[in-house]
Amino acid sequence: MTFAMAIGTEYYLALSALLFTIGAGGLLVRRNPLIMFMCIELMLNAANLAFVSFGKEMNDLGGQLSVLFVLVVAAAEVVIGLAIVVAVMRRRPKASIDEVSVLRG
Amino acid sequence: MNNLVWLIPTFPLLGFTLLLLFGRRLGEPNAGWLATTMVTGSFLSTLCVFLGMAGKTSEERVYEITLFEWIPSGELSVGLGFLADPLSITMALFITGVSALIHMYAIGYMHGDPNFSKFFIYLNLFVFSMLMLVLGDNLLITFLGWEGVGACSYFLISFWHEDPANASAGKKAFVTNRVGDWGFMVAMFLLFFNIGSLKYSDIFSSVIQLDALTQTTATAVVVMLFIGAAGKSAQFPLYLWLPDAMAGPTPVSALIHAATMVTSGVYLLTRMNPVLAEAAGWSSDLIWIIGLFTALFAAAAAVAQNDIKKVLAYSTVSQLGFMFVAVGSGLYVAAIFHMITHAFFKALLFLGAGSVIHGMHEEQDMRKYGALKKAMPITAGTFIIGWLAIAGIPPFSGFWSKDEVLLAAWNENKIAWVLLLIAAIMTAFYMSRLVFMTFFGDKRWAEDEKENHEEDEITPPPENEKKNILNPHESPALMWFPLVALAGLAATAGILNLPFSHNTKYLEKWLEPVLFGNEVHVLASTSTKWLLAVIAIIGATIGVLSASYVYLKKRINPAQIELPILQDAWKFDRSVSNFMGGPGRKIFEVVTWFDETVIDGAVNGAGKLTQNLGTRLRATQTGLIRTYALGMVIGAIAILAYFVSRMGF
Repeated sequence: MTFAMAIGTEYYLALSALLFTIGAGGLLVRRNPLIMFMCIELMLNAANLAFVSFGKEMNDLGGQLSVLFVLVVAAAEVVIGLAIVVAVMRRRPKASIDEVSVLRG
Repeated sequence: MNNLVWLIPTFPLLGFTLLLLFGRRLGEPNAGWLATTMVTGSFLSTLCVFLGMAGKTSEERVYEITLFEWIPSGELSVGLGFLADPLSITMALFITGVSALIHMYAIGYMHGDPNFSKFFIYLNLFVFSMLMLVLGDNLLITFLGWEGVGACSYFLISFWHEDPANASAGKKAFVTNRVGDWGFMVAMFLLFFNIGSLKYSDIFSSVIQLDALTQTTATAVVVMLFIGAAGKSAQFPLYLWLPDAMAGPTPVSALIHAATMVTSGVYLLTRMNPVLAEAAGWSSDLIWIIGLFTALFAAAAAVAQNDIKKVLAYSTVSQLGFMFVAVGSGLYVAAIFHMITHAFFKALLFLGAGSVIHGMHEEQDMRKYGALKKAMPITAGTFIIGWLAIAGIPPFSGFWSKDEVLLAAWNENKIAWVLLLIAAIMTAFYMSRLVFMTFFGDKRWAEDEKENHEEDEITPPPENEKKNILNPHESPALMWFPLVALAGLAATAGILNLPFSHNTKYLEKWLEPVLFGNEVHVLASTSTKWLLAVIAIIGATIGVLSASYVYLKKRINPAQIELPILQDAWKFDRSVSNFMGGPGRKIFEVVTWFDETVIDGAVNGAGKLTQNLGTRLRATQTGLIRTYALGMVIGAIAILAYFVSRMGF
């Protein structure tokens, strides 16, 4: 218990920032759609972690509540995103994300 | 029983909806009977409201009901509400009553028409709109009805639109009415701008108690309203559409272009009497002068028409002029009284004319009539009652109401009285001419048919068809029953407002609550009134006798009276058409040029601008997801940097 108390909120926030940066970096440098997708998930969960940490720190249920919303949005996003990815992969199995630019203006 | 007032327009609306959905399936004659039943229901509910109202004291007779808020929009809040007061219920009573009779007549008249049910769709929609016009509790509802009756009038004038002449007559009515509608709308804008409400009760209370309108504004409102009224009620110079409107089926002419719709201008001005009272004196003078001029102008034109419906059309224009004389002189009761009696006898005359046309196989030229009295006894009998009523022969209704209008003119200006008396004499003359040419004298149709008959002997047609050609026949009971009912009303409606003592002026007492003391009372002594009435009777008799001198005894050649310029209605219509087709067209061309270059230019320019901008911005949309992601990251970092810098490190 005492050990758990020793880990302060700042550690969680640092971890959250780290995860978010990894996600953002991965999103920018990788070209495989699936990996990019995972990076987005990573960023979302980094945000979740920050929410929970602040919620605990400020003794506010709002933080926990926001996580639930993020989860719902993420789930919906995964459904649509994966469907698109699958559709793209079916047509061009080895496609990199840069090749999927038919909808440019 | 006042809360039944919403039922009055609901019946025809229901009829309209049902006929729209099932009319074709119902077919003839059921569609007609459905429409007639609905209007009769409306009449009965009006009667209920009327009886309920009659049982109350005169202060309690004004009743308002708002069904729902129609346009809630900031300052402007318009409810769909009804105003039941003596004026609107009087109007609704004769509108629904006459409409019911004409609907019934139309079942017979429209027999065999391929668009039988469509006709009744329009008729019911018309009755609904007309009732909205008179029962609405604010100017916008009245305007709704005003436009509704205008649209129905257009549909019904061009009902037989296969003939291009009918279609263009409808268009003419529509376009001319538009000029009047402009006046109505400007009047509404002015009132809303100055008072902040379109509701009659608000307008009246702020005009009467708070003096909310300056004299100038009130005058502008009255003049604009009068332009609107002149358009709908066919006053000079906007009367042009009414003679052409006779292209429609005869029940339409009777209902819309004689009894109800054309009187709505008179109704509107009577309704707005508190504003008229605020306005400068010259606006009222304008109203009676235009009315007087129209009465004379149209009566003279009616003298020389050969088409039986055209005579009645010009006669309607002339009689409406009489009503405006009364309104302009401030004798609103006389105007409403003449409106009611006119609705009865003019509807009767039109329906009678329709019966004659029907019997003569769609022949409208009176020169081919004559001696129809024996062939069509009921039509002739009822028509004669209508004729005596409009000519102003006592004791028929027209005498009493016309006498009141003449008294109004006398009160206003002695010269006006003389001129109006001349118009009244002309009325008696042209109506007698019509009756003598149609029902008396020689059979002019027989000679025509004899020629046919001689030809027929070579190739004899089927027996029944031959009979049709030879015998103008009396119309079926469905058509003569309304004639008899209207004849009864036209003969007796004078008792509504007998001038003998204050107690017998029922209509005047009844209308007192809606006139706010603005009714002008004639100052002339009783003996003067008697003298004027006697002169009016003598005038009417002179009109009748001189017509018999010309058309029965043939002492004078009719050609000396039926001048070509009168036949052409003073060439006014022709000159307007010529101007619009010639020099007037140049003005329109300028307007078209302005529309095409300036207005269209601005609209198209806005479109082009957006298009150009879009083409340039397109380049930023590369379709590369990672570019977008980079954009977002840079944006996020920028926002972060902004917050960090705000923290003051």
